[in-house]
Amino acid sequence: MTPFTTLAGPVALLDRANIDTDQIIPARFLRKPRSAGYDNFLFVDLRTHENGFPVQPHAAPIVVAGANFGCGSSREGAVYALVDAGIRCVIAPSFGDIFAGNAGKNGLLTIVLPDAPARLGHAARLAIDLPAQTITLPDGSTIEFEIDAFKKRCLVEGLDDIGLTLVHAAAMAAHEAALPPWSIPRQS
Amino acid sequence: MGAPRTLFAKIWDSHVVTAREDGTCLLWIDRHLVHEGSFHGFGMLDHAGRKVHRPDLTFAFADHYVPSHSRRQPIADAEAAGLVATLADNARRHGLTHFGLDDPRQGIVHVTGPEQGLTLPGLTLVCGDSHTSTHGAFGALAFGIGASEVSHVLATQALWQRRPKTMRIHIDGVLSRHVAAKDVILAIIGRIGVAGAVGHVIEYAGSTIRALGMEARMTICNMSIEAGGRAGMIAPDDTTFGWISGRPFAPSGAGWDEAVAAWRALPSDADAVFDRHVAIDAADIAPTVTWGTSPEAALPITARVPDPDFAGDATSARAIATQLDYMGLAANAPLEGTPIDRVFIGSCTNGRLPDLRAAAAVLKGRTARIPGLVVPGSVEIRREAEAEGLDRVFTDAGLIWGEPGCSMCVGMNGDLVAPGQRCASTSNRNFVGRQGPGARTHLMSPAMAAAAAVTGTLTDVRKLA
Repeated sequence: MTPFTTLAGPVALLDRANIDTDQIIPARFLRKPRSAGYDNFLFVDLRTHENGFPVQPHAAPIVVAGANFGCGSSREGAVYALVDAGIRCVIAPSFGDIFAGNAGKNGLLTIVLPDAPARLGHAARLAIDLPAQTITLPDGSTIEFEIDAFKKRCLVEGLDDIGLTLVHAAAMAAHEAALPPWSIPRQS
Repeated sequence: MGAPRTLFAKIWDSHVVTAREDGTCLLWIDRHLVHEGSFHGFGMLDHAGRKVHRPDLTFAFADHYVPSHSRRQPIADAEAAGLVATLADNARRHGLTHFGLDDPRQGIVHVTGPEQGLTLPGLTLVCGDSHTSTHGAFGALAFGIGASEVSHVLATQALWQRRPKTMRIHIDGVLSRHVAAKDVILAIIGRIGVAGAVGHVIEYAGSTIRALGMEARMTICNMSIEAGGRAGMIAPDDTTFGWISGRPFAPSGAGWDEAVAAWRALPSDADAVFDRHVAIDAADIAPTVTWGTSPEAALPITARVPDPDFAGDATSARAIATQLDYMGLAANAPLEGTPIDRVFIGSCTNGRLPDLRAAAAVLKGRTARIPGLVVPGSVEIRREAEAEGLDRVFTDAGLIWGEPGCSMCVGMNGDLVAPGQRCASTSNRNFVGRQGPGARTHLMSPAMAAAAAVTGTLTDVRKLA
């Protein structure tokens, strides 16, 4: 995974609540192999039907969005579309839980910030410092943000968490050995 | 005696393999269900040169890309056929039980999984699909995951998770005639909103829930994700045990008695503390339909389309106006009587036998004015429905009786609603373009969808029956 430390760049403002993952990538593209590149699928229907749709591939690396961004389907393709289109950070008042989990696995930083569109929407550019947990506005003022410590470490170090899990092989084996027999499916 | 615990906490605590200082837990996963869309997860596994750690706990289901037309015809769409074949190949390479296209047990993962007795109380269950919350109806902790997590569970049979918060939704009283589980969950989402349960696991409780059968409980838990919930759960009881007993993969003999004894200890303790509470009176719930492009846009069929001019603030006004524009609806128009172009009855939300019976009860002896597709959730349900003659009710009314799969809920198999067309659908999402580019979806119960088929408009089923 590409590590995430700092990022500075232009901002796209998508001031709408409940942007679901069906919008981010319509279902018909989920059949495409990962090697195809998902950048052109990003918001493809909205970009086609709405003149001047604010989020475009390979434009701004930072998106400021409304509440509950990434709700709905668990499709990780939504994250692939964002990262393949050069987006590395989404800032919103809240996120769909599954989307936020998927983002962290692909080097996409999700920052929870109450009233994000109102507080940041006027900024043409932002600078993000993940180790310091700060967002810096063009006027030099900074906003601190919270992030789960484990997620932060995985992002900063670009960690593969299967590797992290295998460190716990002994605890896993002990848990596995103590599973209740009824929990193991056996066809009758 | 320790502190009183919730159903959720009991399952969570017994599945923690190890906990990090920062509170993230490595959680053992008892069941991993995969489908054609899990090809990304298998790809990552192959790329890393890893194997499936517990093939005996991993089950593969062909559902998202399978056609609803006769299985005697090949899949015309080469990419879809390729994904169905890839799943079969991954299952074979890794030694997984596979409910494939020609299997007499084939069906939607969230229908066939429980039907085969794979879903049990007290288990953790994951699948790369957000409607995995369905399985919580059995008192399991079940949630959707993304492709990277699919790959992680394949490789380790465990998952890193932060402990979610808990929310209890208490529903008491008797549901009115023609008010179904779908109306209950739509009313809940209308009340708490699509982000209402973000970060929370919901436990549905109360006399209304206790009185429901397992299929109805699955309908409710299925749409927990549409309220933003991490999962939805219902305490297991005799209804649950009776439903599971004798299913192919369920415990049997002495194992069954051991299992039931363990399951009886699962319900939340009387004084267990939840982070949030919501109370709903069953008598307040009417047949419900959605008018917009978010499941929270749910109203009783007797209501009128919202007016942006009377929204609380500018942001809500804009959101309503955008939805009305997409849906082609006028502010303040009555929902009842809105012309409908087609009907879809099926999906992991409402593709089970009682759902088909409810729709057939309305359609019996009547003719549909508009085209429609009825897709049972599994081959077994299809067979049972045919034994009861339900297929004839649907086909006599002029609807198409399809083969099991996700079908028009998500359109991945090519079952799409045409641009601008309005569909009365028993599925779970009315998002922009969900059933096809430009498609307009109204979510509702099977009986309400059947009523819409009969009149060609959004209809209060209570007036028809």
